[in-house]
Amino acid sequence: MEPHGTPTGAMREITDRALDTAASAGADYADVRVVRRVEESVTVRTGRVESIASDESQGVGVRVFAYGAWGFAATHRYDADAIDRAADEAVRLAKGAAPSLRHRVSLAERPRAYGTYATPVREDPFALPLEVKVADLLDADAALAVPGVVSTASTYAAQREWKTFAATDGSLTEQVFTHVGAGIEAHAVKGSEHQRRSYPEARGGRWQQAGYEFIRELDLKGNAARCGEEAVALLSAPPCPEGPATVVIDPSQLYLQIHESCGHATELDRVFGAEASYAGTSFLTADLLDSRFRYGSDLVTLVADATVPGGPGSFGWDDEGVAAQRTTLVENGILTGYLTSRDTAPRIGRESGGTVRAESWNRLPLVRMTNVNLVPVPGMSLQDIVADTDDGLYLTQNRSWSIDDRRWNFQFGTEIAYEIKGGRLGRILKNPVYSGITPEFWRSCDAVADERSYVMYGNPNCAKGLPPQCVQVGHGTSGARFRGVRMGAGR
Amino acid sequence: MNLERYAERVLDTARRHGATDAEVSVEARVSALTRFANSEIHQSVAEDTVRVGLRYVHGRRYGMAATGRLDDAAIESLVERASANARSTAESHDWPGLPEPGPIPEVTGAYAASTGETTAERRVETVRDVVAAADAAGVAAFGSFSTGAVTTAVISTRGVRAVQARSDAWLVTVHMSPGGGTGYAETCAVDVADVDGVALGREAAGKARADDHAVVLAPGEYPVVLEEYAVVDLLAKLGRCGFNALAAQEGQSFAAPGLRMASDLVTVWDDGTDPAGLPTAFDHEGVGKERVSLIDRGRCVGLVHDTRTAARAGIRSTGHALPAPNPVGPLPTNMFMAPGASSREELVGRLDRGLLVTRFYYTNPVNPKRGIVTGVTRDGVFLVEHGEIVSPVRDLRFSESYLDVLRGVSAVGKERKTLRGWYGGVSVLGDITVPAVLVDGFRFSG
Repeated sequence: MEPHGTPTGAMREITDRALDTAASAGADYADVRVVRRVEESVTVRTGRVESIASDESQGVGVRVFAYGAWGFAATHRYDADAIDRAADEAVRLAKGAAPSLRHRVSLAERPRAYGTYATPVREDPFALPLEVKVADLLDADAALAVPGVVSTASTYAAQREWKTFAATDGSLTEQVFTHVGAGIEAHAVKGSEHQRRSYPEARGGRWQQAGYEFIRELDLKGNAARCGEEAVALLSAPPCPEGPATVVIDPSQLYLQIHESCGHATELDRVFGAEASYAGTSFLTADLLDSRFRYGSDLVTLVADATVPGGPGSFGWDDEGVAAQRTTLVENGILTGYLTSRDTAPRIGRESGGTVRAESWNRLPLVRMTNVNLVPVPGMSLQDIVADTDDGLYLTQNRSWSIDDRRWNFQFGTEIAYEIKGGRLGRILKNPVYSGITPEFWRSCDAVADERSYVMYGNPNCAKGLPPQCVQVGHGTSGARFRGVRMGAGR
Repeated sequence: MNLERYAERVLDTARRHGATDAEVSVEARVSALTRFANSEIHQSVAEDTVRVGLRYVHGRRYGMAATGRLDDAAIESLVERASANARSTAESHDWPGLPEPGPIPEVTGAYAASTGETTAERRVETVRDVVAAADAAGVAAFGSFSTGAVTTAVISTRGVRAVQARSDAWLVTVHMSPGGGTGYAETCAVDVADVDGVALGREAAGKARADDHAVVLAPGEYPVVLEEYAVVDLLAKLGRCGFNALAAQEGQSFAAPGLRMASDLVTVWDDGTDPAGLPTAFDHEGVGKERVSLIDRGRCVGLVHDTRTAARAGIRSTGHALPAPNPVGPLPTNMFMAPGASSREELVGRLDRGLLVTRFYYTNPVNPKRGIVTGVTRDGVFLVEHGEIVSPVRDLRFSESYLDVLRGVSAVGKERKTLRGWYGGVSVLGDITVPAVLVDGFRFSG
C-alpha cells in the first residue's frame, strides 16, 4: 500500500518534548518513536484450548546522535519527567561512547519523512469475536488427529502496532501495522522416532500483514488430515538417502534458505562487524560489491522489497524515516547491494536502502530484512521443474536449521522428502537433511519456478541484536532446483 | 512504585469482575547495555520496562492478559481482556487450578545494589579494559556489557505471595585478529564487581592470537576437550528438549527416569537457590524453586515441572514455570554440572590426537528425541597432539547426539564457569554453571 495521508499529530506533545529535550542536552540529531502495540493469541493443544492471551505495550524510545556517537534510551511512561529523563539519558550515553570512537560516523541524507501508512485489512482480526477464532482453530486441530497422531498443536495470533516517528529535521510519520499468523502441526511417535508435519509452517505458523481474511485463505482445516497422515506415515518411511542429489526445494523451505544465507548475509552492519560478538559477521565483505562477486547462477535474482502489499516486512517508512523501497541485492547471480542504514550506506558510497527497524519502542533500530525475495523466472512452473527432473528429491517444510557466523556453511533439515523419479513425485522419505556452502549452493541453481507457485512466507521471530529483538520479515519465493546438493548430516 | 500493592489492586479488580481465582505477576526492570565493535562503542542503550501479567480464572475456564502500562485505566483494561479470554474458552477438565502457596526458599546473593546502579561511565570503563587488552595483542574487540536489576512479584487469590529483587551483569567479548583468528570470553554475575574486563579481554585476545592462520582438518571423529563455553550448549539444549516435563509427557523427549544417558562422571541438577549461579527464589507462578536432580552419575533421575505438568504427573510443581502463555513447557533455568578433578592442562594433556573446542554456535536440534543437534564450532578450535596444542583448526560443522557426547565423557574439569552462552540476551532462560570436559569421540561432518 502506498504511503499517503496527513499525520494527526496526536503524539505531538510527547515527540516535541523528547526532541526538544534531546536538542537542549546537546544532540545534533534526534528521533523519537512512540509505539503502542497489542497482541492476541490462541493456542490449541491436542484438542483443547491451552491458552487465550492478549498483551499490550506502549512506550517512547529516543535515539540521539551527539558528540559523533549514538545513544538510545526508552521508557514505558508518557509523563514529561520520564520523557525528559530518557532524552537526557540518550545524550549522556552518546557522550560516554564518543571518546571510544575510532572512525567518524556520517549519516546519509534523506528527504523529510511525512505522511501515514496502514496495513490493508479487509476483516479486522481484533474486531472478530474470539469465539470464531477459537472455533476455527479447534476445527483444524481436530482434523489433524488421525489415528497414530499422539499430539497436535495449532496456533493463531494477531499483532497491531501504532507507531509515530518524529525527528529533529521535522519528519513526522504515523503508521499502523496489522500482522496475523496461524499454523497447525501433528506429531507421531514410535519408540525413539518422532515425526512432525506442519502446515503452512511450524513454530507459530505463516504470517502476513493482513486481516483475518488471510487466516481463512490458509484453509488450515482443509490441510490438516494430510499433515496428520504424513506424520504417521513418516514413522515407517525409508530414510532419505545420503550423498549428492538433485533437489527441488518447495517455497516452505526455500524461504528460510533465503533468510539465512542471503538476508542475514547482506546486512551491512554485520558486514562491518556490528553484530560480530552475537549474530556474527558475513562472508559478503564490502569489497565483493566492486568485484561483482558471483553469489549464484544467472537465474538467481534477490531483492529487498518493503513495498510489497501484505509483505510481513512492508512499511511506509523505516525507523530512521527513510521511505520504503525495492533494492536489488543479487542480480542474475551477481552481488549488487546490501541491506543498509543511514550510518552504514555512506561507507559503500550509497544512500540508505531504508531497511532499519526496531522490535518496539524499547529497542534501538537496527539494519533488518524487509521482504527479501527470490524473483520468479518466467518459463517453468514448479510442477514443470519436477517433470523436468529425472532423478531427485522434493524437499518441503523446514524442520531444522543452522548456519555459521559468516553465513557460509549451512545445514537444513526438512519435515519430509518426496522421491522424484522420471519427472514424477514418488514415495516419501524421512529425516532429509542437506548442507552446503552458500555461494556454491546458489550457483548450483539451474531452475527457478515462475510466478504460479510464488508465495510470501513470513518469519515473525527473526532475532538480532543485543538486547535481542525480533521483527517480522518476509520472503517471497516460487521454489527452485539445485544440482549436486549434499544430502545427509555426515553422521 | 510498590509492585505488591499494585498487584493487589489488580487482584481486587479481577474479583469485582467475577473471577473465582486470579494470579498477578509483575516484573519491573531497569537495564542498560554498552556494545562495542572494532574496538569502539557503537551502541549504548538503556530501558525502563514493566510487565504485568494476569491469569483470570472463572470456574474451570481461564484466560490470560498482560500489559506494559501501570496507569489506572490499564488495570481495568487488563482485567476486562483476561476475563473475556476466559469466558471464550470451554471448561477445561484437566485444569489443575492456580498453585497453592508453598514454601519459598530463602535465597541469598540474588541482588547487588551496585549492579542495578551501574553508571554508563562504569560500563564504558570496563569496555575500555577489554579493548585495551585487545589493543595490546594487536587484535580488535567486539562484544557487549549489560547491567540490570529486576523486581518480580507474584500474588494470587490462593494466597501466593512472592517478591524478589535480582540483578545481573553480563560481559561477552569476541576478539578478532588480522590473521583470521578469533577468541571468546564471557562471564555473568549478580554483582558487577565480579566482572573483570581486563581478565576477559586478555583471555579472548590470547585465544584470537593462537587461532591465527587456522588449517583445514578432515571431517571425522576426534576425541575433544570441550571448554566451558561449549559445555554450556550441551546442557542448554538437553534441558530444553529433554528435562522439560511437557516434552516428556508428549513423547518428544529422550529423558526418562532411570535411563542411562551419560557417563558415570556426569551429574547435573537445577538449583535456583545456589548462590554459585544467579539465584532466583521462585518461578513465574510464584512457586518456590526446588533443587531437581536431572542426571545422577550418568542416570536420568528427574524432570522439571510447572503446575500443569506436575498435576498430570500427580506430583507438585518443582518451580520451573515460564511466563504465561508458555507453549514450550517448564525449563531448567539454573543448571549446574558437578566438577571433576582435572585441571584444564590435564584434560588437554590426555589428548593423544584430538581437538580443543572453545564453543559451539547456532546449534539447533535435528532430532530432539535422540538429542541430535547440528551446529558449528566458533572462536577457537585447536589440534592437540601428545597433549600439546600444535595448530589452530578452521571451524567445523557437526550433527552429533549430545547424549552420545555425554556418554563419552571420560574426564571432567575441576574449575567451573557460570555462563549464559548462546541464549545470553534472554535472561528468562537463566544461567548454567559448568566445567570443561574430555569426550572420547565427537563426530564432525565438515
